[in-house]
Amino acid sequence: MGWTRGIRARSLTATLFALAAVSRAAVLPDDRADLDWHEWQGGGVTVDGPGVLVRKKVDDSLSLSASYSVDMISSASVDVLSTASPYKEKHTEGTLSADYLHGNTIYTAGFIEGHESDYIAKTGFFSISESMFGDLTTINFGYSRGWDRVGENLHQDGVITTSWVGDADHRNWSAGLSQVLTRNVLLGVNFETAESDGYLANPYRSARYVGPDGLVHTEAQAYPDTRTGNAGSVQLKYYLPWHAALDGSYRLYHDTWGILAHTLGMGYTQPISSDWTLNANVRYYRQNAATFYADLFPYEDSQNFIARDRELAQFNDLTFGLGASWLFHPSWPHWIEKGTLNLTYDRMHIAYGDFHNYAVGGMPMGVPLYAYGADITQFFISFWY
Amino acid sequence: MRVGRAGLSVLALPLAVLLLSACTPVQPWVKPYEREHLADPIMSFNANPIQSSYIVHVFEVREGARGATGSVGGGCGCN
Amino acid sequence: MDASNRDHRRALLRAGIVCLTLAATAPASLASTITPGAAAPAFQLPSSANTPLALSDLKGQVVLINFWASWCGPCRQEMPVLDQLYRKYKAAGFTLLGVNVEPKSADALGFLKSTPVTFPILFDSDSQVSKLYEVSGMPSTVILDRTGKVRYIHHGYKPGEESEYLDQIRSLMRE
Repeated sequence: MGWTRGIRARSLTATLFALAAVSRAAVLPDDRADLDWHEWQGGGVTVDGPGVLVRKKVDDSLSLSASYSVDMISSASVDVLSTASPYKEKHTEGTLSADYLHGNTIYTAGFIEGHESDYIAKTGFFSISESMFGDLTTINFGYSRGWDRVGENLHQDGVITTSWVGDADHRNWSAGLSQVLTRNVLLGVNFETAESDGYLANPYRSARYVGPDGLVHTEAQAYPDTRTGNAGSVQLKYYLPWHAALDGSYRLYHDTWGILAHTLGMGYTQPISSDWTLNANVRYYRQNAATFYADLFPYEDSQNFIARDRELAQFNDLTFGLGASWLFHPSWPHWIEKGTLNLTYDRMHIAYGDFHNYAVGGMPMGVPLYAYGADITQFFISFWY
Repeated sequence: MRVGRAGLSVLALPLAVLLLSACTPVQPWVKPYEREHLADPIMSFNANPIQSSYIVHVFEVREGARGATGSVGGGCGCN
Repeated sequence: MDASNRDHRRALLRAGIVCLTLAATAPASLASTITPGAAAPAFQLPSSANTPLALSDLKGQVVLINFWASWCGPCRQEMPVLDQLYRKYKAAGFTLLGVNVEPKSADALGFLKSTPVTFPILFDSDSQVSKLYEVSGMPSTVILDRTGKVRYIHHGYKPGEESEYLDQIRSLMRE
């Protein structure tokens, strides 16, 4: 269930990112096909699966793209361990999109649909990208609209039935600007506003409170039915004289649930021969808790809104990543121009400031703060034709 | 459609650039024939969409923040 | 909410006024020397044939000058197309010059090895000729008539644009 939050959470820039809809404003993206295998292992959860992405120009001004990915989830995560039994789930997602080039403008439109047995998410999106000032500046505007159906899988006598508990609507606006500063420096600035309303909670999780008997009891969560979040980020890329690239980024996020988050990233890319390129990166993330979040409430029904979802807790995470890419020119088939074989590995460590790991043992006092490490691996092959 | 105050703020900066581009005769200070480094794939903001979209998704699932994750543009500026 | 919307409208109004003022007071578009009818600036550059080539050597022929770089996708796409054009008309008083704009020629030579062309390649490694010809897009193509005057200018390349080059070259050769 933690994975489905991802469909609902799909930001607009992540969507556009996935399509590389506007890699160069005055030129349509390259025709290419990518096939990947990705895996997450951490927090008692293993999620892995394949993905495919294909892009082809149908004439000089139109480029079409389609992608599909599957995630197989087997979970014995902390919430599962403390309240229920391990489970398996499958998440599939497909995207179709088109990019139309006219002069210095690219118009992009598309549709995404994601499915899990207890979650259906549909999103439509549209964006415009324009290059100006001799192609030194590219600006883009985007809008997306999402419709989600949220359900809960009920286990009864070995039979699983899905009960649909609510709908959620999402509207995202994004605006971005990229600017060539010098022959060696690129600047990117992005803004995104996300408005959601409807059923925004996780039906499987419950909150905890201290009962009159001094023991910990669970109660149902109560979420606001609207959420507006704003994000702004800055990114710099710098070309180093010995043929390498350095990049840095910072993002600030704030929403109406009281979450304020900072994200800081740095990366270094170094080609070591005409065929091999290596990459190293580090990312730091920190957020404070939502106003209505608590790991343990003082008594039952203590607030209008109650949440114990750890995504809304106060925590920070640090990720180190390494990547290697090998360029090759296959002699067959002849219509393939070039290909790359790529492997990335990220190690993420997340530490919660106000979420305890009750799976370890019952009493509030002796329970440690939750923290875990995860291994994220991705292997992919890309072809250009 | 409820655009909202936040929606309008998001439009402000790029809209300002759009307006300015329409009326100021700015000469590009990096000439098209000087963009060799910028055209290099290592200087791309998003060289492998299948990879960046996956890792962004991994973080969005587990974190409260979302959005504004990537830039577009740069490159060779051809055509 | 009201105050904020008012502020937004005021900001947009101010931006509009600044814009109009700038437009009204801006100098007339910077004079360009590369316009149809103008004499093409003379130059001499080292070439792939080991002897430097000067534009003045080509007077009497219709000349197509193409500014390209190995890092530019549309440029690479255009090269075989230009080669076809050159091979078809070189006997009829037409010549084509591929001016490479890269400071170091290694990548360009590597590209030419995998995608050879038969027309002369010139190396403008200090960008003097690119500046002279006001190259404002990659690739850029300038077509000169037999008297050495600039007649047609193209910015960028899209597949199919070569039919325009064809028509323009043919009309210049008939003059």
